[in-house]
Amino acid sequence: MAANTTPAQQGRRDGPPILEMRGITKRFPGVVALDGVSFDVRAGEVHALVGENGAGKSTLMKILSGAYTPDEGTLLFEGEPISFSHPWEAQQKGISIIYQEFNLLPYRTVAENIFLGREPVRRGLLDYGKLYQDTAELLARLGVDQWIRPDTLVKDLSVARQQLVEIAKALSFSSKVLVMDEPTAALTDREVELLMELVRRLRDEGLGIVYISHRFKEIFAIADRITVLKDGRKVGTVDAADVTPDDLIRMMIGRPLETFYPEYARPEEIGEPVLEVVGGGNDVLDDIHLTVRAGEIVGVAGLQGSGRTELLRAIFGVQPFTRGIVRLRGHEVRIRSPLDAVRLRIGFLTENRKEEGLALLQPVRDNVLLVHRALRALLAQANGGPSVAELASRVDLRAAGLDQEVQYLSGGNQQKVVLAKWLAVDADVLLFSDPTRGIDVNAKAAIHRLIRSLARGGKAILLASSELPEIIGMSDRIVVMWDGRIHGELPAGAAEAEIMALATGQRRGATGQRGGRPA
Amino acid sequence: MSRPLIHRKPGRLALPPTFLFLAGAFAAAWLLVSLFGRGQFLSAANITNIFIRSVALGIVAVGQSFTILGGSIDLSVAHLISVTAVMSSFIMQGDSANIARAVAVVVAIGLGVGLLNGLIITKLRVNALIATLGTGLFMQGLLSTSFQNFAGAVAPEFEVFAYGTWGPVPIPVAVLLVVAALGVLVMHRTRFGAYLYAVGGNREVARLSGLRTDRVLIGAHVIASLSAVLTGLFIAARLGAGAPWVGQDGVYDLESIAAVVVGGTALAGGRGGVLGTLAGVLIFSIMDAMFNQLGTGAFLKQVFRGLIIIAAVASYSFRSKEEVS
Repeated sequence: MAANTTPAQQGRRDGPPILEMRGITKRFPGVVALDGVSFDVRAGEVHALVGENGAGKSTLMKILSGAYTPDEGTLLFEGEPISFSHPWEAQQKGISIIYQEFNLLPYRTVAENIFLGREPVRRGLLDYGKLYQDTAELLARLGVDQWIRPDTLVKDLSVARQQLVEIAKALSFSSKVLVMDEPTAALTDREVELLMELVRRLRDEGLGIVYISHRFKEIFAIADRITVLKDGRKVGTVDAADVTPDDLIRMMIGRPLETFYPEYARPEEIGEPVLEVVGGGNDVLDDIHLTVRAGEIVGVAGLQGSGRTELLRAIFGVQPFTRGIVRLRGHEVRIRSPLDAVRLRIGFLTENRKEEGLALLQPVRDNVLLVHRALRALLAQANGGPSVAELASRVDLRAAGLDQEVQYLSGGNQQKVVLAKWLAVDADVLLFSDPTRGIDVNAKAAIHRLIRSLARGGKAILLASSELPEIIGMSDRIVVMWDGRIHGELPAGAAEAEIMALATGQRRGATGQRGGRPA
Repeated sequence: MSRPLIHRKPGRLALPPTFLFLAGAFAAAWLLVSLFGRGQFLSAANITNIFIRSVALGIVAVGQSFTILGGSIDLSVAHLISVTAVMSSFIMQGDSANIARAVAVVVAIGLGVGLLNGLIITKLRVNALIATLGTGLFMQGLLSTSFQNFAGAVAPEFEVFAYGTWGPVPIPVAVLLVVAALGVLVMHRTRFGAYLYAVGGNREVARLSGLRTDRVLIGAHVIASLSAVLTGLFIAARLGAGAPWVGQDGVYDLESIAAVVVGGTALAGGRGGVLGTLAGVLIFSIMDAMFNQLGTGAFLKQVFRGLIIIAAVASYSFRSKEEVS
């Protein structure tokens, strides 16, 4: 492939695929992650892979890299069947994957990172001269040598430059296929532009590039073809020139709501504002204006990296707001740590119930009383404190007894224990982050009913979820996060397409917006 | 490719912040001893003394740097030092003809112990703290049942290791400097060193880069054990014979770890180096010398050592705004 062909792709597109995945199926206990998915990349093209969270993109790429073995299907690389048992082997072959979380050593130099495991040696000792020379040449080839020096420690580079180091590392293997998983998630607009330029250049040099992203703007700017995955199946592969963003959104969603959700709140059930955030911001969030009223469930939608979970973590004081005002029942409050939040009767229920919600080896009773005791700084006596039995029945807990260790409970019942923990201290603001992840359908419905009944009882509820049906089914109002900001607000029962349009940065919502984006 | 390429001195031997502490400790000791103490702090004899005090801990701490840099740790070094001191003097029995045999035996023991530590940690996946505590107690038990007191004697020629001089430089100090230089060389100039930084920094990254992480860690433990053997030989030479308590009496397990950490190596691994460790050891020795000259008791010495360890590590944490250990 001549390096000086114009970026027009006609000739290239018809070439044979450099990498082909045929009929890939991967099952995990209880779930089919991929169901007969075929996917290919040609030399000199950018092939975008899109789909909602959980659609199977990461699983597909993990199979490509050798991290997972497929249950069915074959991989062909330059026409030859291949299988990798270790990501290292894929890299040696010329398939490099740049993951969202970087694989760099922060306290080593750029050069040491790029050539880790392949350092040049002369007479038994490292040849640093050659190491830096090779790195400098590589960076020059990428055209990034004015930004990155071979002897800088990686920790001293911005995220964008670390990304470039990852790319340089991938190219040092003479890669033929480069997979980029959400490469722009943490980049500023200008940095995204630079990255796009680099990707185009690599494409023109004949690399096959798989580009995973949620950002439609980038996808349409750079992709030759787009493959859409949904629920582990391939919806289709299209030429980017033939579709519009709306077509793509339609391909990504359009599934009927499978479960029944409780009714929305009636207007008279919604009371005074309980939680208000005015102009909140920190490292990742900016310009957050949000009100949650008693009796109301406010849904927080947004793609991964949009600031959805970060918003809840900020309110709960895990990564506190550094700007703006938070009011609780009309009084200004300062929440600097989870302890502050707990003292103010804010409860937080996360998707990582095993890590963040429960002491797994402790019985139900102790888990339910955990926060209560922390607030009292004394063990609740048998005659004092809330009745654990009553709380357990309030959340409809199905356990062998209050002395059963929570590790033996089902996921749904574990979440109920976490909920009871917050009810034990009368939390009246409840933050939920993916409360039903990894829970089976029936238990999901039970949790949903429970959340609604808590709202009916006057709690103010903020529900963040990666599952759009859950957001739509549960929320009396929906705020959509994008790029660390609330990008728009939608009423109850909004369509998935409307949410996705906001969440992918397509259009801005009408309400609750103020201020422009700082450069 | 006619672009100007960046050229800088290869490798990074920039002095770690520990050397600020070292300079501070030195200045403070000088000042305090001049004001309140007896004798000269800056005398050649005193400086030599400070270095000689550093030898036993210094050698084993250089080895300990390798395990800690790799994200591991070795608590068995003190016991291995005792084993080495006793076995070497027991085998020598005061006869120079036995020197080679004695050294060969203890080096073999050191190799075996390091290999065993590394294998238990990497293959049986036992936490390093527990694994080396276990092998250490095991060795100490065997040693204490076999020997109750000083055993045998080192050959007079062997005492050169502790008391000889090489021009103006005492031989033990020269040995320490050679060991440290070797440590620097291996850590900064070999692939093994680069791999050790990677394994300690992020084991998954190292694995994904195709490194055999187990081998690297086993290598680090062998180095630590061999350094303990060298310290054991030095102590035997200095005392004229080995007793089963010499290692524990010197608290070489915890003090070597303390020296490494004061030297700026992260207890979690992945950053730091041998030079910092050497500075850490010197800081301890300077403090010891200072307190001796000031005539304060051993109790106060310990109090200050504890304070220095905490202050140093806290200051690194503060500088990098993240946990060092």
